[in-house]
Amino acid sequence: MSNLTTTTGSNTTVSSGGLPSRRNTELAMLVFAVLIPVFAYANVGLAINDKLPSGMLGYGFGMVLLAGVGHLVVRRYAPYADPLLLPLATLLNGLGLVLIWRLDQSERLHQRAENLFGSFTPDAPKQLLYSAIGLALFVAILLFLKDHRVLQRYTYISMAVGLVLLVLPVFFKPVNGARIWVSIGPINLQPGEFVKIIIAIFFAGYLMVKRDALALASRRFMGLYLPRGRDLGPILVIWGLSLMILVFETDLGTSLLFFGLFVIMLYVATERTSWIVFGLLLSAGGASLVATFEPHVQDRVQAWLHPFSQEVIQTTGSDQIAQALWAFGSGGVLGTGWGQGNSDLIGFAANSDFILATVGEEMGLTGMMAVLLLYGLIVERGVRTALAARDPFGKLLAVGLSGAFGLQVFVVAGGVMGLIPLTGMTMPFLASGGSSVIANWALVGILLRISDTARRPAPAPAPSPDAEMTQVVRP
Amino acid sequence: MNKPLRRIAIFCGLLVMALLVRTNWLQFVQADELKTDPDNRRVSIARYAQPRGNIIVDGKSVTGSAATDGTDFKYKRTYKDGEMWAPVTGYASQAFGANQLEKLYDPILTGDDDRLFFNRTIDMVTGKPQKGGNVVTTLSAKAQKAAYDGLGDKKGAVAAIDPSTGAILALANKPSYDASAFAGNGDKDSKAWSALQKKNNEDDPMLNRALRQTYPPGSTFKVVTAAAGLESGDYDVDSKTDSPDPYTLPNTSKDLGNEGNIPQCKDASVRVALQWSCNTVFAKMSDELGNDEMIKTAEKFGFEKDVEGGTLDPDLDTPVRPAKSIYPKDTRPQNAQAGIGQASNRATPLQMAMVASAVANDGKLMKPYMVDKLVAPNLNTVEQTKPEELSQPVSAENAQKLQSAMETVVEKGTGTAGRIPNVTVGGKTGTAQHGENNKDNPYAWFISYAKTSDGSPVAVAVVVESSDTLRNDIAGGKLAAPIAKDVMEAVLDEKR
Repeated sequence: MSNLTTTTGSNTTVSSGGLPSRRNTELAMLVFAVLIPVFAYANVGLAINDKLPSGMLGYGFGMVLLAGVGHLVVRRYAPYADPLLLPLATLLNGLGLVLIWRLDQSERLHQRAENLFGSFTPDAPKQLLYSAIGLALFVAILLFLKDHRVLQRYTYISMAVGLVLLVLPVFFKPVNGARIWVSIGPINLQPGEFVKIIIAIFFAGYLMVKRDALALASRRFMGLYLPRGRDLGPILVIWGLSLMILVFETDLGTSLLFFGLFVIMLYVATERTSWIVFGLLLSAGGASLVATFEPHVQDRVQAWLHPFSQEVIQTTGSDQIAQALWAFGSGGVLGTGWGQGNSDLIGFAANSDFILATVGEEMGLTGMMAVLLLYGLIVERGVRTALAARDPFGKLLAVGLSGAFGLQVFVVAGGVMGLIPLTGMTMPFLASGGSSVIANWALVGILLRISDTARRPAPAPAPSPDAEMTQVVRP
Repeated sequence: MNKPLRRIAIFCGLLVMALLVRTNWLQFVQADELKTDPDNRRVSIARYAQPRGNIIVDGKSVTGSAATDGTDFKYKRTYKDGEMWAPVTGYASQAFGANQLEKLYDPILTGDDDRLFFNRTIDMVTGKPQKGGNVVTTLSAKAQKAAYDGLGDKKGAVAAIDPSTGAILALANKPSYDASAFAGNGDKDSKAWSALQKKNNEDDPMLNRALRQTYPPGSTFKVVTAAAGLESGDYDVDSKTDSPDPYTLPNTSKDLGNEGNIPQCKDASVRVALQWSCNTVFAKMSDELGNDEMIKTAEKFGFEKDVEGGTLDPDLDTPVRPAKSIYPKDTRPQNAQAGIGQASNRATPLQMAMVASAVANDGKLMKPYMVDKLVAPNLNTVEQTKPEELSQPVSAENAQKLQSAMETVVEKGTGTAGRIPNVTVGGKTGTAQHGENNKDNPYAWFISYAKTSDGSPVAVAVVVESSDTLRNDIAGGKLAAPIAKDVMEAVLDEKR
């Protein structure tokens, strides 16, 4: 490949036709994406029990299977797709599994669960199952979604489904202060995770049609083209909806994500900076408005401003932020090593919202930087996919999905690290939680499909896929 | 649409950059602060992850560690004769933190000290758990026991020093506390802790009286006044002082008399005035020397001029800092009264022991200290305290004159209860009034030293705070002197 790296075409998806598929690069990266978590797993076992974990073989096999199936399906059904997204997602998912398993070994969390619920159930096996389901969904998307433009047909259905999913949690009882769950029998869903994909489809379809109208300007003001008054409708509706989510579901995260996603896509569709300014003004106004009367939001802000204040810990009933900050600080530059930290002191949500604190304590600053860069890479590969996409719908959808992913990472990581108020969302792929891991695999699946369509030599012939593979992999 | 897309890419890059900056801030810039935050439970977990090093008295440890289960703290601190040693050791509690030696030498006791780096590395390489070092104190088990038992069920404190080095030999309080009772972090520990707090226990058993409580020094302060007098050259130990009885306080019409009718006090010499504890003589002397001169001498003995900048004395790193003993600037009548220890001047028992020790050590005041050395787990010495001279409040000649006067006090004055057969003992009694109109029980004081052929091995200060004995009977000589005598005998026994 070395001769190829000298040309811009070789390491970017922004090009058309005649490109290597780079499936072998992906395979090589996947080897690392599997090996690193397997080593981490062994490391935890050695640190905690002085021996290799008994599930070593099963876990390693599971990881190989996950990555192998993913790779083969991509090779077969999306041969020109971005080579980095699958390894990145696999690596994060694998690390997440190890982190969750590591926290499953915590006696402190065992004790806590026994005191609160009478018994402790490990989360790692569940997470492995969810990862498998997530991967199955990923495979299904690549198998059945031959062209992402098909999704455009479902613009208004997406809107309806998205709205239903957004509203649904209001009818279920809140869990730990936020109405973000839907419980049907034994199945607990966090619809917010799926909403970000479905709503991105709706926004992409809607904005593609309306972008010209929304880009029309009435007059110029301080270098900005102001939109026409009647075009303010959609953004105001979305703004109102986000505020309602915040008020009725007390879900800061989804509300922020939902509105941010719309503003980003609106900006990309219309190329009008004024929308960003409007978006920022509206979200600042909305947030301060809600903060005046919503105690849940006030608590979060107080906990953010004074994480170590005993008084605030008393009123909010939680010292999670303080515990997380201590965990990060105690990790220092190199961390305590896998299995040797005390991030389980966080207690509730140690392996979901706060899982980054375990990364920070046990892998240190080094590990945190690496993990954050992994997320950054996913987002940038997603935006690159948008750049490469040839159709506006694909561009909008790709930037919407990666933007949503990026916002979510920022909002969660920023919250856990005390950079911004905590919002109660999960770290994609790392955190324990079925909805999250399944939805994010679907997100990666769609991005791969868009990038495959974008990089596929045009016009795409439709010969038998076997023939295509042997001919095009190595031009 | 590519231009906004590139901008979005930059925006997302900035978001990630913000996170990277934040994690660097937390884990690099603020890391140490967060890591060592006392509220960070990891600090306590690490502190109790292995048996703690011990605090040693006379070669035996007065502390221990016991394995616990059911919590994330593996070991818990235990104390032998906790009540007796609490003024020295302080406490180390999983729930309530640590103080005194337990806190000051925490890094040594846990083995985290930088100077134990080599030991730690060896342990790490050989796979042994980290071990803590020991703190070897200067205390004498016998003297401490004599002091503690001597106080009996009376409130009070004893401090004893080796005058030649400043090594603290005894430091006892009554009432005291047993830190074993709240060393853990369970409900029992919380109850024991709260029962000991001042708000729940008016005796304030957790107050380290010997080091941290200041009292009006009463007549024991006359030794300081006498020292100032002799140093000024205006007085000599056996020449008359031209003192009236009663003495009218300057700028007032208030007469100051003596305790009872003591005819010897009129025109008494320094020796006679000390022997009978004449208020009139020393009040007059203090006034004649003046406030500045008195402050100068008091400061040489270890007192402070003012109380600004905290209540603890930074000059006296024993290493547990005592409260500041003070001799403030004051008006003439107040300064005259301060000369007999009954005004705004206040002293800790340790301070008064220092006064006795300076006199006994021929005028040289040694810096008091209670830690002889710190030893590594392999018993190598990590740090050794060297005796240090703090000041010379009186010349050797005047110190010897004071000694002879103080010896007269014990021989045939108010301090006869401090006499030890065949041993030269010098002392001074004191009875300090306190409370509004002096209605509270007075404080009984006694400071003294014992002398052998090769110098003085012990100086001691005893204060007894309250007693149900009739107030006439409360004189330092009756209540405090016998305790001081026991402590001195204990030290002398050890030397023999």
